Parts: sequence; structure tokens; C-alpha cells
Amino acid sequence: MDWAYLFEVSLTGIAGGGLYALAALAFVMVYKATRVVNIAIGEMLMVGAYLFFTFSATLALPLWLAIPAAVLGSGVLGAVIERTMIRPLLGEPPISVFMVTVGLGSVLVGLVEMIWSADQRRLPDFMPTQPIIIGEAFLAPKVFWGAVIAIIFIAAVLLVFRFWRGGVALRATASDQAAAYSMGINVPRVYSLAWVVSAMIAAVSGIIVGSIGGISSSMGVFGLSVLVVVIVGGLDSVLGALVGGLFIGLVEALAGAFLGGEYKLLATFIVLVVILMVRPYGLFGTHEIERL
Amino acid sequence: MSIAPEAGPTPKPPLLQVDGVTLAFGGVRALTGVGFDVAKGSITAVIGPNGAGKTSLFNTISGFYQPSSGKVHFRGQDITTLAAPLRAKLGLGRSFQNIALFRGMTVLDNIKLGRHAHLKTNVFDALFYVGRARREEAQLRADIEERIIDFLEIDHIRHAPVSALSYGLQKRVEMARALAMQPQILMLDEPVAGMNREETEDMARFILDVREEWGVTVLMVEHDMGMVMDLSDHVVVLNFGQVIAQGTPASVQGNPEVIRAYLGSGDVADLRRKLSAASTASSAATGVS
Repeated sequence: MDWAYLFEVSLTGIAGGGLYALAALAFVMVYKATRVVNIAIGEMLMVGAYLFFTFSATLALPLWLAIPAAVLGSGVLGAVIERTMIRPLLGEPPISVFMVTVGLGSVLVGLVEMIWSADQRRLPDFMPTQPIIIGEAFLAPKVFWGAVIAIIFIAAVLLVFRFWRGGVALRATASDQAAAYSMGINVPRVYSLAWVVSAMIAAVSGIIVGSIGGISSSMGVFGLSVLVVVIVGGLDSVLGALVGGLFIGLVEALAGAFLGGEYKLLATFIVLVVILMVRPYGLFGTHEIERL
Repeated sequence: MSIAPEAGPTPKPPLLQVDGVTLAFGGVRALTGVGFDVAKGSITAVIGPNGAGKTSLFNTISGFYQPSSGKVHFRGQDITTLAAPLRAKLGLGRSFQNIALFRGMTVLDNIKLGRHAHLKTNVFDALFYVGRARREEAQLRADIEERIIDFLEIDHIRHAPVSALSYGLQKRVEMARALAMQPQILMLDEPVAGMNREETEDMARFILDVREEWGVTVLMVEHDMGMVMDLSDHVVVLNFGQVIAQGTPASVQGNPEVIRAYLGSGDVADLRRKLSAASTASSAATGVS
């Protein structure tokens, strides 16, 4: 066993897991507040990346403008999705809303192919290209800086939602809608807020993922791994999203390095099945205890 | 918080006016032409058999349901179409029949959330904890810790997660949260349901004190007849979505309509007929005769 190699692979895996954690946070935000399982999370991430591509490459805006513009644009998209597709389904069975998000994913892929074509594209490089050496291990600079950005962003989101009134409103709504509503919390606005913030977080992770591996209309596949992460972590748990993200990143990297690239997905899904058997509500998800 | 003046002898507009409210779910009428006033500073109780529409009435007043006709006035303002959060800001505080606390939060956090609608701190104040955030938090803490928690005698559980508390204590926390909303009127949906005798007596004392010390008007739905008769100034009796009697506890108690609604007509044949009708329509709990 080559310990240096293992260390290097693990490091890459954890760094990649940071990105999963960020995207999973976007998913959990919506699920927690609105109980909607958003299958289109990978596609929303893709749209964010394409918006960034448009602003930075096509319109040649400077970076400090292009990134906020892409993030804000995604926020608007999130608001539109919530208002036109999710809110009218309030009170409908969860499976209906679930199916709508499945459709939403296809619609977003179609839109991207119509506007930007299905060709693979490269995002402009904006991260430092100096190789990162930690101890003996070499880490690809894009992966390293991507993880750093993801972690900073996660911390910022958590802080804002811990101390801001809107975050309190979101947690209250997640806990008991009727009570929140009668406490003077504007529940529909909390719904909008959750979707907007989720779309913005997805955009940030889309920009990072895109700048590491390029963008294409099939980029939404990333969302599949994100789903595994949130199911493993627990759909409504922020902590679960973070731990699950790092864990799945690690599993993928180890499987890819020691078993071969084709075993990556197999390994993650085996993890998924095992976790579901042992803890059906995920590692940190809440399991409702009915008191009689 | 302003202390409302005692209700004087001069007649003044009631705090809450429910006027001809009809509420229909499809073809089922939950409420038909319900009308009554809640005088400022009073304790008003709504009673009635199961399925009479008491909770529907509460939900209409607090803004969860929109009546198909009729008006609700609060502090002289028409609030019939106002959304629930705005009613909360105006001073309607309520509790729920099946406790609706924020599980996973502590007692203190739950109570503090009651004040949410009145806070103005924005995201920047909150992050840096300066100016408004600090002032509001300090004031909130003083008010909630000194007044509400002491008043309801829940000091010992303030940091406990609500889901670990007994039913009676949860009800009390819910009332504390409603009081933190600084309500003009406190709406309690079955405040003592499922409580033992001691808990019931405590709650009755709190309800009286809320009115005496805080000057808050109370509107409650309750099944415990003893408590309703002891506490209330005004009793409204609902049956099948209609007001069949209202007035002082004594006058309602002697009303033959009320006795019939609760005990049946006293005629054995009639009672039997009603029972068989009830069993055939048992699946529809909201059945209309």
C-alpha cells in the first residue's frame, strides 16, 4: 500500500466533496423550507455555469462582474421557477411536485441546448494555476481552489442563515408551517427566498464545477451524485449535506483510484444502498417520532 | 406593551366583530352566518359539540380560511381578506388545538419567534450584531425573560427542547409564544384539552391573569364546561356551523337549544333516530343535517 498515494487521492476526494457539499446545501435549502425534492438541482447548476459563460466569455465582462451577474441571474431563475411551477402546486401530493422538477430538468437542458448548443465548452480560467503541494501530495490547483471557494461560501451561507431573521423564518417554516404563518411569518415569501438562495448556491457550484471540467448540456449528471449525497446525509439536514458531500467525494476518489474509473458510481450507489438499509432517513435526517 | 384600559360602562366598539361569516368547503358548509362580538377586555368562549365548526371559526378569524361571505372586523378595521401574517402584526395571537410548536428548537427560541413579526433587524445588522440588532435583542430578552417566562412559570425549562416536554407544558409554551406576539386578543384553541386537573387549574389561572395583568382580551374554544362557565364573560354556542345561543354563562347554560345540542332532545325515539342517522353518515364528520 502506497500511503502517499492514498493521502493524495483522499485529499482530492475531500476537495471534490466540498463541491458536492455546496450543491447539496442548495438542495437541502429547498427541501427544508418547502419539502420539495428538487431533481433539477444538477440542471440549475448547469444554467448557472452557462450564464457565467455568457457573461465572461461572450460578453467579455470582467470576473468581478461576471460571477455576481451569473449568480443573480440564477436567483431570478429560481424565483421564476418557484412562482410559476412550484407555488401553483402548493397542497398537491409531493409526487406531483417531484414530477414537475423532473420535467423542469429536461426543460432546462432543452433551453441550454437551444441557446448555447450541446457542444462542450470551456469556461475562462480564473483560478490560480500554481500547483498545490501539501506534504508529499500534489493537488490539482483548480480542485483545491474550487474546494476553498466552496467552503468559504458554505460558511457564509450558514452564518447568514444562523443570525439573520430570514434564516430564522426559514427554520420556523421548515418546522411548522401553520405556526410560522400565524406568528406573522410570510410563508410564501420564505418559499421564494429558499428557491432564490438555492438557485444562487447552485450557480456558484456550477461555476466551479464548470471551470474544473468544462461545461456541456449533460453537466446536470453532477446532480445525480448530489442526490446520493443528500439521501446519505438526510434530506433536511445541513450538517448531513456537508458530511455526506465530503464522504461521497472521498468514496468516489478512492474507488476511482483503486478500482478504476468505472467503479466510481458503483461504489457510491453501494454506499447509498447500505445507508438506506441501516438509516432510511439518512445519517443526520430527522425521523419523525409519533407520540401517541 | 400598552396596558388596555378596563372595559368601562360606556359602550365602545368591540375589539373583534364576526359578522355573518359563512365558510364552505365544496358543498359542505362548515359555518353558516356566524356572528358575534368580542368585547375589549373580555373572556369570550366558543363552545359546541365536536364538528360544530369551532376550529373552522378560529381559522377564519386568524386568516387561514377565507369566508365565502361575511366580514371580520378587528379594532374597527375590516380584516376579512388580510393574510394571516398581517393579522398577526395587527395583534391577533393564537394557539393551536394540536400543539404547533417549532420542534427541534428550545422553549426560549420558540417564544422568541413569537416576536418575529415585530422585529425590524435586517441582514447586515444581524450579521454584525450592531445597532438595531443589539437593541432589539436586549429589549426582547428583557421582555420575554422577565415578563412572559416568569409569568407562565416555565423558567426551569427555558433551554429544554420543546419536544421533550409534557403535553401540559407544551400548551403553556404555546401560550407564551402567543403572548410574545404582543397580541391585543389571544385566541386559545382548547387550552386545557388533555390536561389533568392540576394543569387545568394552572391554565385557568393564567388565562384570568392574562386578562387582569396584561389587559389582553381572550377568545377561546374549550370543551371543559366547568372552566368555560367559571372564566367566561360571554359564551357563544355553535352547533352544525351555526350560532344557536350566546350570552352570559348562566343564560347559555339554561338555554333549551344548548341542552338539546349537547344531550339530545330527551325524547328517546328522537335520540335513537339521531343515532342511526349519525352512524350512516359517520364517515363524514362534518355531516350537515
